[in-house]
Amino acid sequence: MIAVDPGLFSSLDPPRLAGARCVSCGAVTFPAASGCARCAGTDLARVELADHGTLWTWTVQAFEPKAPYRAPAAGFVPYGVGYVDLGDVIVESRLVGDPGEFSIGTTMRLTLLPLWPGPDGTPVVSYAFGPAGGA
Amino acid sequence: MTDVCVVGVGLHPFGRHDLALTGMAMGAAACRLALADAGLAWSEIGYAVGGSNVSGKPDTLVGVLGLTGVPFVNVRNGCATGGVALATAANAIRAGETDLALVVGFDKHARGAFAASPADYGHRDWYGETGLMVTTQFFAMKDRRYLHTHGLKDRLLAQVAAKAFRCGELNPSAWRRKAISEDEIMAARVINPPLTQYMLCSPSEGAAAVVLASGDRAADLCERPVRLAAVAKRTRRFGSFEVFAPWLPPEAGHSPSVDAARAVFAAAGVLASDVQVAQLQDTDSGAEIYHMAETGLCSDGEQQSLIDAGETAPGGRLPVNTDGGCLANGEPVGASGLRQVIDVVLQLQGRAGARQVAHGPRVGFTHVYGAPGISACTVLVA
Repeated sequence: MIAVDPGLFSSLDPPRLAGARCVSCGAVTFPAASGCARCAGTDLARVELADHGTLWTWTVQAFEPKAPYRAPAAGFVPYGVGYVDLGDVIVESRLVGDPGEFSIGTTMRLTLLPLWPGPDGTPVVSYAFGPAGGA
Repeated sequence: MTDVCVVGVGLHPFGRHDLALTGMAMGAAACRLALADAGLAWSEIGYAVGGSNVSGKPDTLVGVLGLTGVPFVNVRNGCATGGVALATAANAIRAGETDLALVVGFDKHARGAFAASPADYGHRDWYGETGLMVTTQFFAMKDRRYLHTHGLKDRLLAQVAAKAFRCGELNPSAWRRKAISEDEIMAARVINPPLTQYMLCSPSEGAAAVVLASGDRAADLCERPVRLAAVAKRTRRFGSFEVFAPWLPPEAGHSPSVDAARAVFAAAGVLASDVQVAQLQDTDSGAEIYHMAETGLCSDGEQQSLIDAGETAPGGRLPVNTDGGCLANGEPVGASGLRQVIDVVLQLQGRAGARQVAHGPRVGFTHVYGAPGISACTVLVA
């Protein structure tokens, strides 16, 4: 499999997201950025983000977004979206699992999200979080 | 500092119009209405500012209004376009470039939710392709977080929407002119929970224009000029929760609306508690709720008791969005901020017709908020 964007992950197996930490003030960005939004520093080091956190807010995308959104080959299915607090940074993410289990404060764990087949048939993946208690 | 006054307003109705009617043509119509309201000819305008998000370059309007050689600035600041355009024109008057300025905004959006290009907002393609770059998601998620943090009920979202449609019913230029009950709003199709279809404004079409004059010209031109006491605009700070943000820092920061409102009240020399009629960005009904607090019109959590008591309806102590706001008018992005200014001006002049608030308000306030985290506010004084 290949990542939908090479900058998102530090590892696909096991899945780990890559961010950047400002050497001057410690602020963490996701994805990795070249400048610090807090102190305007330009010295940022790549870091691996925590693979679990708590749900900070969430919704469900009930209608199919316009392009550039790409629906799965089998067609659009409503999906969860949320922000997950990983401690150093709160990350926006697709959510997997039953929305009935989503609530602010729910413990969430990182997983891979299959998207569509790449040019040579290799699955293209992004990241998602799902309730840690789930399968 | 030179006083700046609103001496003429013109609105091309918002909504859905004939396919052949361009945004630019609606803009020209609004300009002509505003000039007629001010009793001025286009040739007398010494400075113009125009805003449109998707419907062309506003300065093209000189081709139909008249090639007078007037300086014309184009503004494109998302939903905050109208406020920024107004500030630009007011500053031209204060700088002595002209005594008379015209501000216009127009747009004609395609049906359905807005689509945005990741690159336009500094993101890579994955952010749009994987379905995270949808404005309505942000509104729903900011609402949920705000309601949760301040102990407010989801039903408040329906109360705000119902109030908007009651106002729209009284406004002949509104798009949505039928009252809808809170129960019907709660039970409507879910777009992004907790938001149903009637809790979100729709992209629409329309145009709005305002003529500004220096204080010494205003009295001769207009029976009841409204003073633009101050206008302020701000971008986001570290830690504020904004649309199209793949990440947030754990430390909360305040939104650009907080900064813009503080700045405008300080510059105008009035307090938020002095405001008697207000327009707040209500891209969704939750936005009206948290913008009430972000602009200082109430404290966080106080919205429940204010709205339950009807204080934000036209008959209340602090009427908000008396023309129905974005919820009842839809949002032609370039025109929306000027629609707000026009509604407040009409209220301050006693010209708001069936939706006129009682007791002759003297102090009005407008607030716009747009992607990716910008706000503009005005204080208007009768």
